[in-house]
Amino acid sequence: MEAGEKDGVLLSAFLSGQVYSPLIEFKNVTKEFPGGVQALKGVSLTIKDGEFVVIVGLSGAGKSTLLRCLNRLVEPTSGQIIIDGVDVTAAKAAELRKVRTQIGMIFQSFNLVKRSSALRNVLSGRLGSMSTLDSLLGNFSKEDIAVALEALARVEIEDKANFRADQLSGGQQQRVSIARALAQQPKIILADEPVASLDPPTSHVVMGDLKRINRELGITTIVNLHFIDLAQQYAERIIGLRGGQLVYDGPAADVDEKTFEMIYGRSIRKEDLRGGDDE
Amino acid sequence: MSGGLHNMDRLREERRSWFYFAIGIAIYGWSIYGVGFDPIDLVRGLPAMGNLFARMWPPDLAYVPTILPAFLETIKIALLSTVVGGLLAIPIILLAARNINRTIWLVYTVKAFLNLVRTLPDMLLAAIFVAALGVGALPGVMALAIFSFGIIAKLTSESTEAIDPGPIEAMEAVGARKLQVIHFAVVPQILPQFVAYCLYVFEINIRVAAVLGLVGAGGIGRLLLRDMNLLRYPQALTIIIATFVLVAGLDFFSTKLRERLI
Repeated sequence: MEAGEKDGVLLSAFLSGQVYSPLIEFKNVTKEFPGGVQALKGVSLTIKDGEFVVIVGLSGAGKSTLLRCLNRLVEPTSGQIIIDGVDVTAAKAAELRKVRTQIGMIFQSFNLVKRSSALRNVLSGRLGSMSTLDSLLGNFSKEDIAVALEALARVEIEDKANFRADQLSGGQQQRVSIARALAQQPKIILADEPVASLDPPTSHVVMGDLKRINRELGITTIVNLHFIDLAQQYAERIIGLRGGQLVYDGPAADVDEKTFEMIYGRSIRKEDLRGGDDE
Repeated sequence: MSGGLHNMDRLREERRSWFYFAIGIAIYGWSIYGVGFDPIDLVRGLPAMGNLFARMWPPDLAYVPTILPAFLETIKIALLSTVVGGLLAIPIILLAARNINRTIWLVYTVKAFLNLVRTLPDMLLAAIFVAALGVGALPGVMALAIFSFGIIAKLTSESTEAIDPGPIEAMEAVGARKLQVIHFAVVPQILPQFVAYCLYVFEINIRVAAVLGLVGAGGIGRLLLRDMNLLRYPQALTIIIATFVLVAGLDFFSTKLRERLI
């Protein structure tokens, strides 16, 4: 009886076009950097709309390259990446820019303009949908400003809007960069080691923000992490990379220390844990 | 064994340094001989210098109103040429920075062009423009504008190559166009340096503008040259003192401004 019920749900989802069209599809993606380093060795995977996926692996496993291939900050050497039916790997400059406006990105070192205000940093998330002239003149529309302030409010730092980025703490800066991604009103958020430069309590705040945004706004989120406790706590699905190859893909609930030892190819150490969750 | 080898290497290196040192001394000696530098001449010249100074003293203060327009012209030449040079430098700064302009051959062409521009001495440029355009402030402005352009473009493009690449990556990731990336991620990072270099070049330009008149390119230098030739020493001293005050004053303000920028 359970199966039948499930089929019914899936069928209606299929008819409304939700489940069976994956949002993101990697088809045998490889990346070889000049000098011959093989960062990705034929990775294939699909990610569905609204998922919260954590990619784990040691540094150098290819996590960052995988993420950057999605918006082509890194050019894949071969293979295909399809996002929402668009072949990103074949996209020309103008089309690629359009794809990028749909993808918010969060970086380990925040990548904010330190001398600009938090609000201006967040507003820069609107650039992809503005004319060049308007943006050079600073003609942000009322809606753009409203979107930016709402994004700052969503990560609870709207009171810091007029502070220069370099006056904010690391955690606050990372939340400004999350707000910048939100201001894009993206379909997808990519976070590349978003908590690696933060202390443990702040790491939980930032991971909590990302998870909450994923649930509240339904934005598909892919996070690179090397902390296994954070991955287990926040992920719905965990993907393991080792040496540029996909070595694990499954629900976070099924993952235990043995799985991580397999992914890392060694026993788990203290530095693989972030800790600091007092709740 | 290997210790012995090390000693041999060190010995060879030492011998080589002595060799270069000897060459340096030889060139130095050749230069002294070439310009006919003679310390005895210098000492012998001292009374003449004292005599010149005595004939200059006291400065002719009544002369100040007469030289004021020429001084203003000097300031105008320095200011105008710095602004023109700075504005011309803006596109070149971006073209000469490897992290902004990804067309490598163009980057190196622009850098080579900038090196070429800076090999021309400012006074030589001024003399050429005087020959082409006639005596006046315009050739001075042209010469100093080119000189300012070369320095500002080189220094700022080098600063640009050292900026934090993170914001550029972030702006590319939001789907911004090239000009938007430059405006939002690059300009805020290099603007303070750019303004500081412009002020620095302005400080240099004031000094050069004060002597541009020697080759007929306008400013206070023209009056200084005339007064020296006519042996009007108190008037010449007035100009020299006034030049000193002007340069020191503008330097002071410019330095204060630069300190606040960085």
